[in-house]
Amino acid sequence: MTTEMLEPITEQTYYLNMGPQHPSTHGVLRLFLKLDGEYIIEADPIIGYGHRGHEKMAESHFYEQFLPNSSRMDYLSGLLFNHGYVAAVEKMAGIEVPPRAEYIRVISAELNRISSHLLWFGTYVMDLGGFTPFLYSFDDRENILDILDRISGSRLTYSYCRMGGVAKDIDEEFIRATRSFIQRLRSRWDDYHNLVTKNVIFIHRAKDVGVINRELALRFGCTGPILRAAGVAYDIRRAEPYSVYPELDFEIPTGTQGDALDRYMVRLQEMEQSLRIIEQALDRLPEGPIKAAVPHKVRPPKGDYYFAVESARGALGFYIVSDGTPYPYRLRARVPSFGNLQVLTDVLPGTLVADTISILGSIDIVVPEVDR
Amino acid sequence: MAAGWQSLVNILGPDVARIVVGLVGILALVQVNALFLVWLERKVAAHIQLRIGPKEVGPFGILQTIVDGVKLVSKELITPRHVDRKLFVLAPIAIFLPVLVSFVVIPFSEQLQIRDLNVGLLVIFAFSTFNVLAILMGGWASNNKYSLLGAIRSVAQNVAYEIPLLLTILNVLLWSNSLQMSVIVESQAKVWNVFWMPVAAIVYLICATAETNRAPFDIPEAESELVAGFHTEYSGMRFALFFLAEYSNMLIVAAVATTLFFGGWKSPPFLGFLPVPGLIWFLAKTYVLIFVVMWVRWTFPRLRFDQLMNFCWKIMIPAALLHLIVYAGIIKLIR
Repeated sequence: MTTEMLEPITEQTYYLNMGPQHPSTHGVLRLFLKLDGEYIIEADPIIGYGHRGHEKMAESHFYEQFLPNSSRMDYLSGLLFNHGYVAAVEKMAGIEVPPRAEYIRVISAELNRISSHLLWFGTYVMDLGGFTPFLYSFDDRENILDILDRISGSRLTYSYCRMGGVAKDIDEEFIRATRSFIQRLRSRWDDYHNLVTKNVIFIHRAKDVGVINRELALRFGCTGPILRAAGVAYDIRRAEPYSVYPELDFEIPTGTQGDALDRYMVRLQEMEQSLRIIEQALDRLPEGPIKAAVPHKVRPPKGDYYFAVESARGALGFYIVSDGTPYPYRLRARVPSFGNLQVLTDVLPGTLVADTISILGSIDIVVPEVDR
Repeated sequence: MAAGWQSLVNILGPDVARIVVGLVGILALVQVNALFLVWLERKVAAHIQLRIGPKEVGPFGILQTIVDGVKLVSKELITPRHVDRKLFVLAPIAIFLPVLVSFVVIPFSEQLQIRDLNVGLLVIFAFSTFNVLAILMGGWASNNKYSLLGAIRSVAQNVAYEIPLLLTILNVLLWSNSLQMSVIVESQAKVWNVFWMPVAAIVYLICATAETNRAPFDIPEAESELVAGFHTEYSGMRFALFFLAEYSNMLIVAAVATTLFFGGWKSPPFLGFLPVPGLIWFLAKTYVLIFVVMWVRWTFPRLRFDQLMNFCWKIMIPAALLHLIVYAGIIKLIR
């Protein structure tokens, strides 16, 4: 975006660079806004400030070596990215994962999904000016981080999955802590609803704001809670079942019209569904090995492969081309936030500056994931 | 003490001496109040948010604000290029001075009032309007789009909310028949205004929250939208003056609310037998009101700009007008 490309500014309009350093652009997103007073005429999300070349990096690393990178793309749902990447490579190399490992993956991934949604809940309400719910949700999220810290040794960038299994078995203490967390979070829903969901100012700020309807969501390739809030019950966990999700009973919450309030409600209900999944998985947790016998270096056969999982923000797919060496020839990550973010160009015009923050917050982007 | 006062009166004459001592007292009050309120705000916020809050410096962290203040004073005063230097420097002073003037007429107790002007209430609201001017100066002079947006919002908001604010005050004035603060307090000798015009008191508190740019009406400095609004470009002591003015304004609107609706320095009904001086009652009522304002701030999200204006023009002003008509009739009947 250079200055020559801009139209001359008439008296009524002006340009505003929101970001890359701005409290509410969630990282280093830059929104280039053309404003008339406080009304937005044009909006252009400019990405790339967090680009680290993960996809290129993959080409010079063994398949195993790229694993830590995957959780650094989306630092808020690192385990889901781990899971997606590892499952993709396993599909390429034809590795059978022991059932216990699959269950542990699902439990930890769903915990991670809840922690990501809890963080979103806090930051979204903070974007709307309510600071207190942020600390409530972070307090709850802290429990998840502690639980996952026990098994993976880290709090954000887990790298917990391994080719053919997971790094470390879970113990009784983990199961106890997880069960008590489920109870704790369920007892907190009332607080959340009384403090935020039923708040009249919150409803005014979120209802009918940033409507991303079915047609728009599909056109931009939006996935995850945004698509589901628009009324499309599309969830990779059901649409392209993987791991042990087919054995588990859970619903796909959907909204009706796709406004910010619908997206909020969908995410809150998803957290409850995730709790259900974890409960069932803990009940069914089989005994057995946690890791399959996998060669030191995976050498997938020649060909190209695609495998998708449902991350906290939507469909996460890894498209990997193998030339038979231990290095991927090309790795491409289809990340959910990228599509979700582009819809802003259509949704933002006509809204107010304050709505921009509300809409951007409700879409829940992670900029390093968009930029990769 | 008394001898010192006598010599001061001998030198300056009683009126000037009163003003000098009063202004010194006000300056001290403003500083101590800001120090206390910032600490209180952080403690209240922490309590609401299941945290502890400041606790390291002094008992219960009460000295934390002093340490923060020292840090702010020692910071470099940055004047960015491309700003309108005169206005930029003037704005923090312009926002702070009217605050001092307003304190002159506030009756802290029966005796403790610097000047009991017969237009006391008018003075407060005349000077509190300066607030808008200073914010506009700061926002415009900063030459920053966020600052300008914040300043525009602030002006629109303050001008709009001044109307219902003044409309509710008219109810009290009809009853007291005077703008003099002491007379307004005396008019509530039998029953506080809040008990028989509760709606007016609530409308006043809402408008006062909006006037002081506190959440949920803090859109001029909405940090998630406009970074810091009109004071984005300010640093060091200039920023601290904006801060100081905000907390002093809170004290003023709460003190005015106490005077107008909560019986000023009078003791609460049925507690008149307690040997508590009026000043204590006054401060207690004022700080309880401030606590309510803080409570609201840390509970509610922020309104959007257009919703804020709609709320004012479509709900607050008609409600205040209707209330005024009804109560004018009631007062006419009683008298």
